[in-house]
Amino acid sequence: MSISSILIANRGEIAVRIIRASQELGISTIQVYSDADKDSLPVKMADQAVNIGPPQPLESYLNQDKIIQVALDSGADAIHPGYGFLSENCSFADKVTKAGLKFIGPKGETISQLGDKVVARKLAEQSGLPTVPGSNGLVESVEMAKSILKEFDFPVLIKATAGGGGRGIRTVNDWEEFERLFPVASLEAKTFFGDGGLFVEKYLPRPRHIEVQVLGDGENTIHVFDRECSLQRRRQKIWEEAPASPLNDAIRNTICKKARDFAHMVGYCGAGTVEFLYDETTEEFYFLEMNTRIQVEHPVTEMITGIDLVREGISIANGKKINIKQNDIAIKGHAIECRINAEDPRNNFLPQPGHVEKLRFPSGPGVRFDTMLYAGYNIPPFYDSLLGKLIVWDENRTSCIERMKRALIELEISGIETTKTIHQALIDDPQVRQGDVYTSFLDDWLVNGKFT
Amino acid sequence: MSDNTIQSPLPGTFYRKSAPDQPPYKEVGDTVSVGDTIGLIEVMKSFHEIQADKAGTIAAFLVANEDAVTAGQSIVELKM
Repeated sequence: MSISSILIANRGEIAVRIIRASQELGISTIQVYSDADKDSLPVKMADQAVNIGPPQPLESYLNQDKIIQVALDSGADAIHPGYGFLSENCSFADKVTKAGLKFIGPKGETISQLGDKVVARKLAEQSGLPTVPGSNGLVESVEMAKSILKEFDFPVLIKATAGGGGRGIRTVNDWEEFERLFPVASLEAKTFFGDGGLFVEKYLPRPRHIEVQVLGDGENTIHVFDRECSLQRRRQKIWEEAPASPLNDAIRNTICKKARDFAHMVGYCGAGTVEFLYDETTEEFYFLEMNTRIQVEHPVTEMITGIDLVREGISIANGKKINIKQNDIAIKGHAIECRINAEDPRNNFLPQPGHVEKLRFPSGPGVRFDTMLYAGYNIPPFYDSLLGKLIVWDENRTSCIERMKRALIELEISGIETTKTIHQALIDDPQVRQGDVYTSFLDDWLVNGKFT
Repeated sequence: MSDNTIQSPLPGTFYRKSAPDQPPYKEVGDTVSVGDTIGLIEVMKSFHEIQADKAGTIAAFLVANEDAVTAGQSIVELKM
């Protein structure tokens, strides 16, 4: 039976994005919302909106049984989890399927395998993807670490096997620090991810973050080329580009094909992303993790390939085979995305919930602004700070930067501070302009007082 | 707003403990000095300490653990 109605188990700009894709496919939408999101844009845009409880995520957007019940009661055929919240929760995916609904994303089993970083690393190696040198499995004690890690020079990273998305990672410089932080990291992982399992990876000094977009329908798997997301603050991406500027054609070809083969090997269904660290000096890349959902930065890929990834994801969940041939996908031009967050960069990125007074959206050639903002909106304090994504396309990276600079000037949000100002500073930085960046570039840049 | 309360500077979710398995920062009857942490506010996934701007003894918590609060809302009532 084909999907005629989708329940959106998310909020904010991604809920708006999913409603738009659904409308274009002639699918009706049911938006669930918490008490804090009663006046939100997706609630206004959806065909139906259902309140699911208090503002705190555990009582609303993470309340699995409630969301599934609302889907059943409202006659939805499918649930779209967006990103964050329940998007990478394998038991939720399984429950949705058991309730006779379609989960727009991969199978619970795939989410479970790839969500466990130690298992994912092993699978990656099996498919021929290089991984960062490390413990190749869980490290259960400091003694065990000492027997495994002799050959590695410090610093090393202690990572939570249940972590991901930049969370649950500690850099450790020597054995003294290792002994002190290992138990703390384990307790933290247990508290935050419900699994205290840890593994260890060699620290790469100046890696770039490169990732490959894939689409799979369980039988056919294609890649939709690469992105670079090296500009991050505290391991959270803030600026993304497609294609990844440091890759030449040969390396691009290799990394994209290997990512596709990996997704194919695990029988991947839906839109997903294989993430890598890339060492520019040796031209080597290392598998990091696979994200089993649509990603925040998916629009830059859409802009350079013309493929609507959200619509494709829905179509795959609908049981349709991908009708795009790998050879028909080509990169055209360059795209950049700047995340506009409700944070004050001049005040240690202090969150800025509050009232949006005036708004002016940028427009003109090559400009797209994916947002849930409207004039008069009250930004609630309970969720992440992403307000919108300014995405710009142009013929090449140089002109794309100029176009982004122009679009940032056009964007006006009054009433609160946003990360617009840091993007305006970054865009004039010579290293950013040359594309000479790495994953801790922005943290170093801030420490060195480049933003005042 | 009375003088004998400590208010939250930010809107968000109020926590009395630094982590689920930790004891509360303060209990009713505890003395509070200026600068003491009395709780955390989670705002947009980041955590901020609420520090006492006056001294006294805690008479009551006006907000329960994990309740939503608005900016300026009174969190603790003090006996001065």
